[in-house]
Amino acid sequence: MTGTDGNLLEVKNLRTYFETEDGTVKAVDGISFQLKRGETLGIVGESGSGKSVTNLSIIRLIPEPPGKIVAGEVIFNGNDLLLLPNEAIRKIRGRRIAMIFQDPMTSLNPFMKISKQLMEMTQLHLGHTKAQARDHAIRMLETVGIPDARTRADNYPHEFSGGMRQRVMIAMVLSCEPELLIADEPTTALDVTIQAQILELIKKLKSETGTSVILITHDLGVVAGMTDHVIVMYAGKIFEQARTAELFSLPGNPYTKGLLRSVPDPTAEQGKLYQIPGLPPDVAHLRPGCPFAPRCDRVEEICRREFPPFVQLNADHYSLCHFAREVYSESGGTPL
Amino acid sequence: MSTNGSSLLSIRDLKVHFDLGGGGPIDKLFGTNPVRRVVKAVDGVSLDIYERETLGLVGESGCGKSTLGRAILRLTEPTDGQVFYRDRDLAHLSQRQLREQRRHLQIIFQDPYASLNPRMTVGQIVGEPLETYRLARGREAEQRVQELLETVGLSKRFIKRYPHEFSGGQRQRIGIARALAVDPDFIVADEPISALDVSIQAQIMNLLDKLRREKNLTYLFISHDLRAIRHVSDRVAVMYLGKLVEIADAKTIYHEPLMPYTKALISAVPVPDPQVEATRQRIMLEGDVPSPINPPSGCRFHTRCPYAIDACKEVVPQLVEIKPAHFAACIRISPAQPHIETVAPGAAPGLED
Repeated sequence: MTGTDGNLLEVKNLRTYFETEDGTVKAVDGISFQLKRGETLGIVGESGSGKSVTNLSIIRLIPEPPGKIVAGEVIFNGNDLLLLPNEAIRKIRGRRIAMIFQDPMTSLNPFMKISKQLMEMTQLHLGHTKAQARDHAIRMLETVGIPDARTRADNYPHEFSGGMRQRVMIAMVLSCEPELLIADEPTTALDVTIQAQILELIKKLKSETGTSVILITHDLGVVAGMTDHVIVMYAGKIFEQARTAELFSLPGNPYTKGLLRSVPDPTAEQGKLYQIPGLPPDVAHLRPGCPFAPRCDRVEEICRREFPPFVQLNADHYSLCHFAREVYSESGGTPL
Repeated sequence: MSTNGSSLLSIRDLKVHFDLGGGGPIDKLFGTNPVRRVVKAVDGVSLDIYERETLGLVGESGCGKSTLGRAILRLTEPTDGQVFYRDRDLAHLSQRQLREQRRHLQIIFQDPYASLNPRMTVGQIVGEPLETYRLARGREAEQRVQELLETVGLSKRFIKRYPHEFSGGQRQRIGIARALAVDPDFIVADEPISALDVSIQAQIMNLLDKLRREKNLTYLFISHDLRAIRHVSDRVAVMYLGKLVEIADAKTIYHEPLMPYTKALISAVPVPDPQVEATRQRIMLEGDVPSPINPPSGCRFHTRCPYAIDACKEVVPQLVEIKPAHFAACIRISPAQPHIETVAPGAAPGLED
């Protein structure tokens, strides 16, 4: 995992901890990954796995206290974002790295016309005049498929449906042509037919602008259709990372395998669904050994005692497991 | 659909309308709400739910699926129509009679955080229905609560704990134990897994399925998640803006949907397989679901339907048995011409009988 050629973003050994009454929560605990220009990275995990905290750390939106980025580097275009002064990071946020969140209603100002919110972006970051900004705003609304954009621009957020609001959000974040788009569960609150529209829109805009995307989701189906690489997170760690096609066909980690098997496959016959037993761990009280050991179907004594190694299975494929090679072979892969 | 011998519940022309007001003399005077606005959340639904089946009810937000589930139990009062259960019309029972019947008809809610009283212990929550219906008391009730907790996969040590001490999946199990306490025949499961993590969803689906087989339960499983619906259901009913638009067995709905809306819905479901995702063709629907206040005329789907013709704006399509046990509401298909792609442009075989 070396070389910076073509990497837009390189996260190295990132650790973000939260101090709580319950003790230190190691929400993100030693995460490293790279993102090439124009690629889409999916981050999958259940609640509390650290997937959102990872991305909030990248753009330095961790509330401090209780949170703190205690270690790591976030190299974006050659600069470590974690070392930049607040003023500089604010210029990058929104301009070069943009975010969309699950609930567009909480990310839009309810008291401000849509046009005004869009214009603010380009006036601030691109130095547009009012007239330029308005033209640009309307053009962006048209791009994301808001019908009758010229009139709709002067509506307030509550006058839009959930799907339309998410389109407005996308228009807003893309209006400065960011190099990186971080989308945190962008379609979770939407209906499936609207989800399909929004995902299609993100794909289209990505191919037109070459923006790199980090897509955070719990839905393996969305990951399968949208991403080039996938990271699977559990208990603040990367459990597996691989090219998307490889992860789905040759999983090398028991947790990934369990997740893939526990999603009902609509094309297959019904039967008992595979289930991962037990509950996700309490990250404040992790026991020694592998955090997944209490739920793992191939757990052995060593798993409860020793933290597992991060094993390289293939060119771009790593798995955090004492038995990564065995699991990978069982899936049909030939480990390095 | 004719009443089948093995129907547990027969719903006939059920309507739930919510009056939002407007249109009165004062409204007209000030011009604030000149037209009376009525949300037709459920608008003439007829449906049989067979004994020991899981009927999946699927649709997008605002289609009325939860309201239908609640109206069957009269947690929301129906505006019109009948719900027959054991030869009684639940929709027209007095409150006292209804309370007796409710013992047999229970519900599990979506949000396990909001549907349990935070000031009651798990023992009190699960034991309350036993008391209400005087089914057990004292030691016996306690014993029964312990059994129920074990049935749903919770330790009986949890009996004195409060809901906030549990995770979402465990709370959903508590809700299921409460529903089971009175030994019901029928359970409405209203989005029971939507708020849960993927690994926990599988646990709850398997638990519900196990309970159904062990206790001969019948479910109405309401969800927007087609993958879950396909997995748990025997038959699936698809709802759009207050009306049922298609009913068939789960496999058929998924592999051979007839209604354009169902086709689009199914094609929008992401499949966890990159190869499938890379090659498949999606049917993209234009626009959003219209508002259920003053919904579109005729077929309510005509504003988004790629196959709509002029007649679709005027004729309200009826559910017709297009293929054996496969019902769809679309004038552009008929039993003789079931596949809309092969119907002549502009033709409406459904109108020709």
